[in-house]
Amino acid sequence: MAGLELLSDQGYRLDGRKPSELRKVQARMGVFTQADGSAYIEQGNTKALAVVYGPHEVRGSRSKALHDRAVINCQYSMATFSTAERKRRPHGDRKSSEMSLHLKQTFEAAVLTSLYPRSQIDIFVKILQSDGGNYSACVNAATLAVIDAGIPMRDYVCACSAGFVENTAVVDLCHAEESGGGTVMSLALLPRGGQVALVQMDARLHQDHLDALMEAAMTACRSLGQVLDGVVRQHLQEVSVLTAE
Amino acid sequence: MLKSKTFVKKTRSGGVMKIVREHYLRDDIWCGSEFCVECKHDSTVLQKEAVIESDLCSSPHYIIPDTNVVLHQIDILEDPLIKNVIVLQTVLQEIRHRSAPVYKRIKDVIHTAAKHFYTFTNEHHRETFIEREQGESANDRNDRAIRTAAQWYSEHLKKAPDAQDLKIILLTNDKANKQKAEECGLSAYKCEEYIKSLIANPELVDRLALSSDDINEITTGKVLFPEHLPLSRIQAGIKSGSLLQGTFRASRDNYLEATVFIQGDGEDSTEVLIQGLQNLNRAVHQDVVAMELLPREAWASPSSLVLLDEGPKADSENLEEENVVRGRLPDNALLKPTGKVVGIIKRNWRPFCGMLSQSHIKEATRHLFTPADRRIPRIRVETRQAATLAGQRIMVAIDGWPKHSRYPNGHFVKALGNAGDKETETEVLLLEHDVPHQAFSQLVLSFLPKMPWAITEEVIRPVHLYTLCCNAMVRTLSGSFHRLAFSCIWEVNQDAEILHTRFTKSVINSKASLTYAEAQMRIDDSNMNDDITKSLRGLNRLAKILKKKRIEKGALTLSSPEVRFHMDSETHDPVDLQTKELKETNSMVEEFMLLANISVAQKIYDEFSECALLRKHPAPPLSNYDILNKAAKSRDVVVQMDSAKALADSLDRAQIKDFPYFNTLLRILATRCMMQAVYFCSGMDSDFHHYGLASPIYTHFTSPIRRYADIIVHRLLAVAIGADCTDPDLLDKHKRSALCNNLNYRHKMAQYAQRASVALHTQLFFKSRGVLNEEGFILFVRKNAIIVLIPKFGLEGTVFFESKDKITPPLTFNEEGPTLTVQNHTFHLFDRVKVTISLDSSNIQHQKIRMSIIEPVIPGVSVDPPEMEPQTKKARLNP
Ligand SMILES: [Zn+2]
Repeated sequence: MAGLELLSDQGYRLDGRKPSELRKVQARMGVFTQADGSAYIEQGNTKALAVVYGPHEVRGSRSKALHDRAVINCQYSMATFSTAERKRRPHGDRKSSEMSLHLKQTFEAAVLTSLYPRSQIDIFVKILQSDGGNYSACVNAATLAVIDAGIPMRDYVCACSAGFVENTAVVDLCHAEESGGGTVMSLALLPRGGQVALVQMDARLHQDHLDALMEAAMTACRSLGQVLDGVVRQHLQEVSVLTAE
Repeated sequence: MLKSKTFVKKTRSGGVMKIVREHYLRDDIWCGSEFCVECKHDSTVLQKEAVIESDLCSSPHYIIPDTNVVLHQIDILEDPLIKNVIVLQTVLQEIRHRSAPVYKRIKDVIHTAAKHFYTFTNEHHRETFIEREQGESANDRNDRAIRTAAQWYSEHLKKAPDAQDLKIILLTNDKANKQKAEECGLSAYKCEEYIKSLIANPELVDRLALSSDDINEITTGKVLFPEHLPLSRIQAGIKSGSLLQGTFRASRDNYLEATVFIQGDGEDSTEVLIQGLQNLNRAVHQDVVAMELLPREAWASPSSLVLLDEGPKADSENLEEENVVRGRLPDNALLKPTGKVVGIIKRNWRPFCGMLSQSHIKEATRHLFTPADRRIPRIRVETRQAATLAGQRIMVAIDGWPKHSRYPNGHFVKALGNAGDKETETEVLLLEHDVPHQAFSQLVLSFLPKMPWAITEEVIRPVHLYTLCCNAMVRTLSGSFHRLAFSCIWEVNQDAEILHTRFTKSVINSKASLTYAEAQMRIDDSNMNDDITKSLRGLNRLAKILKKKRIEKGALTLSSPEVRFHMDSETHDPVDLQTKELKETNSMVEEFMLLANISVAQKIYDEFSECALLRKHPAPPLSNYDILNKAAKSRDVVVQMDSAKALADSLDRAQIKDFPYFNTLLRILATRCMMQAVYFCSGMDSDFHHYGLASPIYTHFTSPIRRYADIIVHRLLAVAIGADCTDPDLLDKHKRSALCNNLNYRHKMAQYAQRASVALHTQLFFKSRGVLNEEGFILFVRKNAIIVLIPKFGLEGTVFFESKDKITPPLTFNEEGPTLTVQNHTFHLFDRVKVTISLDSSNIQHQKIRMSIIEPVIPGVSVDPPEMEPQTKKARLNP
């Protein structure tokens, strides 16, 4: 009968959050030892794994190499078991390539690629469990992995989604909210300088509302930035304790 | 933000597909009580003086109702007496899934500040959230959640200062729930128990819905109806094809007959006949039912009898008889698929207007209620106010229809007033046509600007225009006040060709306020040559050119007599009826309004091709013109229907010497052939044509004060010219489309209500005027009646040649003509007749205008012209 009530009159969302609240974030860096950098993140029920190799020599065709900066190669994939319905997900379907491209653009804006001319940095991300905000989780995981790899960046890149429910901007949408029918925006931000690395929308939105939605998404990205910063500091502390011994 | 809070994460699963959802629990959900000093709420809802005088609880108390209490006793909860109620999120969610109307009503109550209803988000509160236990049903879990929340409130408010006397009262009709609540030390009462204990308001008891326990007590226990199938079996049956699902439509004329409309794939739908009380099996008009087809040999034809439920009979006695349908036509060709109702998928009960038929037994508290709508069965209600309610129109809601009961059980909702009174009857017709007419809620009013209100003196740039803004003329603007408006300004040349169109928000500095008649007088008076009059003449000239152009394109000018009532200034009762007279200035204003609507339609469509709100008028299929064709032929007139233009032209040519009214009559008939114009969303449709106005695009823009569609169009236009910003809903074509459907529904119901209102006022008029003799024309010929139009009043009435208490004269109906021969006189379409008009008030709920033939004189059929009663008493109506 009645669909889900995404926002109650009391101002609570389906899962009990208020419109501007993020889901619980848990993250770990350096989850694999063989890669140059790696990280795992949970944003609510969305779980993503990111692995970084490089910078290293450009593999394959040499012509891809750029003389003044590093090439960033991104690959996005979803685990077959990541959604409620188990699906075979072939590599390189339209959605994945699009997502890979978005990730590439995001990190080209954040990584100081000019420090590594003629080289390549590989970023692989996999969604292990999907509950909305896949792009954001990937970006946030990849940021941590890049830091773990010791590759210099201008700033953290933090990403978050935002959308409208009952004319209220809500952030960090879960799957049910994403499929609620409204326009969803994903935004990646370099929080310190406030530069936007990528904005992506899958449906039309009147420009009158763009500012409000961007503002909500940017605020959310900033708080995510603080969370990620906390994760990095915690990790460094643990590592330095280990190396000190 | 997030980090400052400690979230405990829970997941819940459900359905066949595993859905995992996060569920955050919070500790910043406040209790909403004035007593509490611990919670950090900004404002409180629940009062300190929460005193409803009750025998059960003399101290202040907050009420927590469970889901079923809200669902069934919403009439009680809406009463102003009931205040300080805690509505739990658990309860609200359950109601949302079970009944949309009740959900809307309880939300309205919650939004009414004076009611002090507080919604407690218990499912996200860290201390009141509970998980479903192994083997616990969802219902039991929710009951436990309600008890847990009630307990939390008791404990929580115990800590508050001055709240020692405060009690939390749980209302539940579920025995097990009540018992468990009491075991936990809660005060729990059955809803009736509590309502009956209220000292101040004994009449509230009447509005209690009967719970299933009470229903069993009333009835004899003898099963009268077959059991309804459970929903699971209905679903399986529909899937396998052994059962059909459809909308139940009771017959207006025969209470033992109904049809079920079964929507097939796409356009086609089947109609299944249901006859006999047991086969109808407690379905009520508009319910969605599951039904089973009877074998072909049991199929029947619709009965031709008018059969009204004559009222109180002893249960069960006549039931055998009521299961046999009398008056079946023997004709095999008329056999229709016949079936029986086996279950109810969704009840569509609403509160019904009607009257109480008082029980013959004195002091009885159980009475039968007769709804105004004949398709609704009588309803058994319990009330102690029967004597007061006699002769009054009341509202009753159905609570249930158990299988041992001949009639459904219901409860009294409210009294509307004396039957026959204009105010009461108007209220009834608004309610019965689902026309919302309640006062605007506090919430809505809060959006209005504060009074007194004036235009803020931003720079008002004066623009002198020869072409007056058309809306400046429509409203009777008073004096030289500034008014805000939304204008459509055209620059036109002498031939009324539009050179340029501009839309703007504007301030109108009105030069004069004129009624249609005044404006007409100025135009006609050649002595007046002031600026205003001159510009009126100019406008009028342009309007005439515009109209000519429109008609050349094939726009139809159809007439249907509009009735005007002259009201008595004191009693507001109609004292005279008159058809509306149209002046040239009416036409002038109309022309510019049409132009504005067309211009705006084009503009918003250009800007928002997907979500413009437009209005279209489909061309009628040729078969619709049957009546018109026959009518024209009967007078040797040719009417062409190939196109709107052909129709308009041939209607113009259709004149008969010495019968000037013929053309009007023909146009009235043509109106009846037309389709209904509808609102639609441009992104959801491809055919935009407006047939009647011969315009490729059209919308409603000019009357935002009385039509909601115009408001939406205004908003779209405001965005289009950059004067306003959008909201996401405005540009969602599916929401736009849903809105159009609703507008069309409301429009249809408003039209019905308008017709009913005209009928009501006509009745009041004839009640005060007594019998009248008038001339009229035959508009339609039926098998046993003619329908006569009285041009003087624009009134249509039926002259029946069959009646219960008279012998029916020999009738011969010829479908070709159509003609009807009564005795030796043959009635043709458009014949001039003389009738006597009177009010038949034998049935107080269904008063009607009765017409009888005076001329031509047909022995045994026509009546002698009665003496015209002198206009006696003032129109004061006694039921
Ligand atoms: Zn409190």
